[in-house]
Amino acid sequence: MTMHTGHSGDIEASTPPRTGWATHSPETLTRSHVLLSVHGLRKRFPVRTGLYSKAYVSAVDSVSFTVEAGTTLGIVGESGCGKSATARLILGLTEPDAGTVAFEGVDVQTLTGPRRKTLRRNMQMVFQDPYSALNPRMSIGESIAFPLRVHGYSKSAQRERTGILLDQVGLHPNHASYYPHQMSGGQRQRVNIARALALEPRLVIADEAVSALDKSVQAQVLNLLTDLQERLQLTYIFISHDLNVVQYVSDRVLVMYLGQVVEQCTPEGLYAEPLHPYTKALLASIPDVNPDQPLAAQLEGEIPSPLSPPSGCRFRTRCAAAMPICAAERPQMIQERPGHFVACHLYSPSAPAGTGEEKTVAA
Amino acid sequence: MAAIVQAPAAVPSTADTDAVAPRSYLAEVCTRFFHNRAGVSAVSTLVLLAVAAIVAPLLSPYDPLIGNATRRLLPIGSAGHLLGTDEQGRDMLTRLLYGGRLSLLTGTLPVIVATVIGTAIGATAGYLRGPVGAVLMRTMDMLYAFPAIMLAIAISASLGPGAKNSVLAISVVFIPPISRVAEAATRRVIFLEYIDAARLSGASTACILMSQVLPNIFNPIFVYASGLIGLSIVVASGLSFLGMGARPPVPEWGFMLNSLRGAIYVQPWVAALPGFLIFATSMSCNMMSDALRDALDIKDA
Repeated sequence: MTMHTGHSGDIEASTPPRTGWATHSPETLTRSHVLLSVHGLRKRFPVRTGLYSKAYVSAVDSVSFTVEAGTTLGIVGESGCGKSATARLILGLTEPDAGTVAFEGVDVQTLTGPRRKTLRRNMQMVFQDPYSALNPRMSIGESIAFPLRVHGYSKSAQRERTGILLDQVGLHPNHASYYPHQMSGGQRQRVNIARALALEPRLVIADEAVSALDKSVQAQVLNLLTDLQERLQLTYIFISHDLNVVQYVSDRVLVMYLGQVVEQCTPEGLYAEPLHPYTKALLASIPDVNPDQPLAAQLEGEIPSPLSPPSGCRFRTRCAAAMPICAAERPQMIQERPGHFVACHLYSPSAPAGTGEEKTVAA
Repeated sequence: MAAIVQAPAAVPSTADTDAVAPRSYLAEVCTRFFHNRAGVSAVSTLVLLAVAAIVAPLLSPYDPLIGNATRRLLPIGSAGHLLGTDEQGRDMLTRLLYGGRLSLLTGTLPVIVATVIGTAIGATAGYLRGPVGAVLMRTMDMLYAFPAIMLAIAISASLGPGAKNSVLAISVVFIPPISRVAEAATRRVIFLEYIDAARLSGASTACILMSQVLPNIFNPIFVYASGLIGLSIVVASGLSFLGMGARPPVPEWGFMLNSLRGAIYVQPWVAALPGFLIFATSMSCNMMSDALRDALDIKDA
């Protein structure tokens, strides 16, 4: 996974056609190709504030990243930071206001009708809530076979594939005749995974896929996901507020705050040396198992209202290191360490001289 | 929930070898329903009334339309007339049995028609929301603004008298409330993740509505609609009293009740009989819908 830097300096001019996309993560050494690239994604939701007045919640603002085939991108952040909104935009469950989502280099939005349907089946999602993600009126078998039915598989092919899928996620074929309320949370999440895999997708977005499960079951489901990744060469985008979980599964981690990406790195780099003040605070907030360990300094204040996000750097209202420039100008995403990107004025070499795409999108 | 076969809570990473196929949803609902005494007695009453109405000619030796002028307003328990006679000397039991045909039909048919149309409108409006949903629901609100009975009278009057037209009129009256229930239920459902999952699979809107939304909004609609059957009988009776529904001398409970009003001081019990049947039917429908709600409410989440 790579990050769009907006820094024309560190990119060779010879790099065709994806200029502006730096490749620094270790996986790139094996020449793996970019499966999904998201660029300048933006979404605002209208909110009615009065009879005729409307305000806009800025849910996702100029989010750019790429995911390489066979890897896992983790997205972390507090609730309401736009993680799930980003996932929904990628999958086309919501239409973006601006920006592109390209799968295998093909812009998803330019496709219509059957071609879009074909492309869409390559991207599936494992939902957060194992309880509401399954239709209570459908048996497990029917739920898993539904995508197959939509894509015109024969009854016998549906049955056969359902059996295979149940087996892949560690359930018994007899579970096909169960109803969701007859299963445990962990079992349901396995069913959700099986349904997401039904159409043999290449990209699976797991949106808080294990958050609703208790710890022992979390581990089982995480192991199942990583196991399936190896067997089926899946690419994951793993969204979670749980930093430990993200560290465990991810090849790269994206930190989001209030709809924007603030830092991106490998999990090792991020946990060893967080750069952005928000990431530092986030990592410090992980409770320690040792009760004698004093609690780290907590973040002051609340997340600002996304209805009127702060000017410049969105984190400045809660940032201990805030400077005058933070209010004036939006920080650019820069590469501070090899493969470690951060959007913070603390690291801007010549802050006012910011150029490139990030700036134009922010304007 | 003890009746439900519970799968082991902790799932080993290997396949559950002891997974047993549980009972189907329908079997589960039936079991629960038949454990509810009120529900069972309500359904038995309705079935009894319906069967009696259907086989009325076998049960009664009299003609429901021809009376004996010398034997008018006999009390309950008279020789040859178990439930007495009406103001024209016609056998009450016979008329009540025959009357059940029309009354039960005018009770259920409008509800069925209105449920089908109202659900389609409500589910579409609830799923699409936006301008389409607004237009559909505000149209329903306009119909809703009229008092139910006034609207029924107005439609009946414009269509002309007859049982068929009164069924049509009552159907129209019931469409707005049912579509409202359907819309509200749909709005609750569409934000659930399984709808998103269905959209991700590439299913069309119509397909999602039919296979994912409809089964999940069916329960509240069904419960509400079964409660409307009683009201439907009463409204149909009102229409026939005003000369816009079933026309005399064809027996119909509501009309019988009205025409026997004059005899309330002579034979109060005979006069009350059609009212009692209307009450029993509508009460049974309500009890049945209560029992259904309980039975259908297998833990959804």
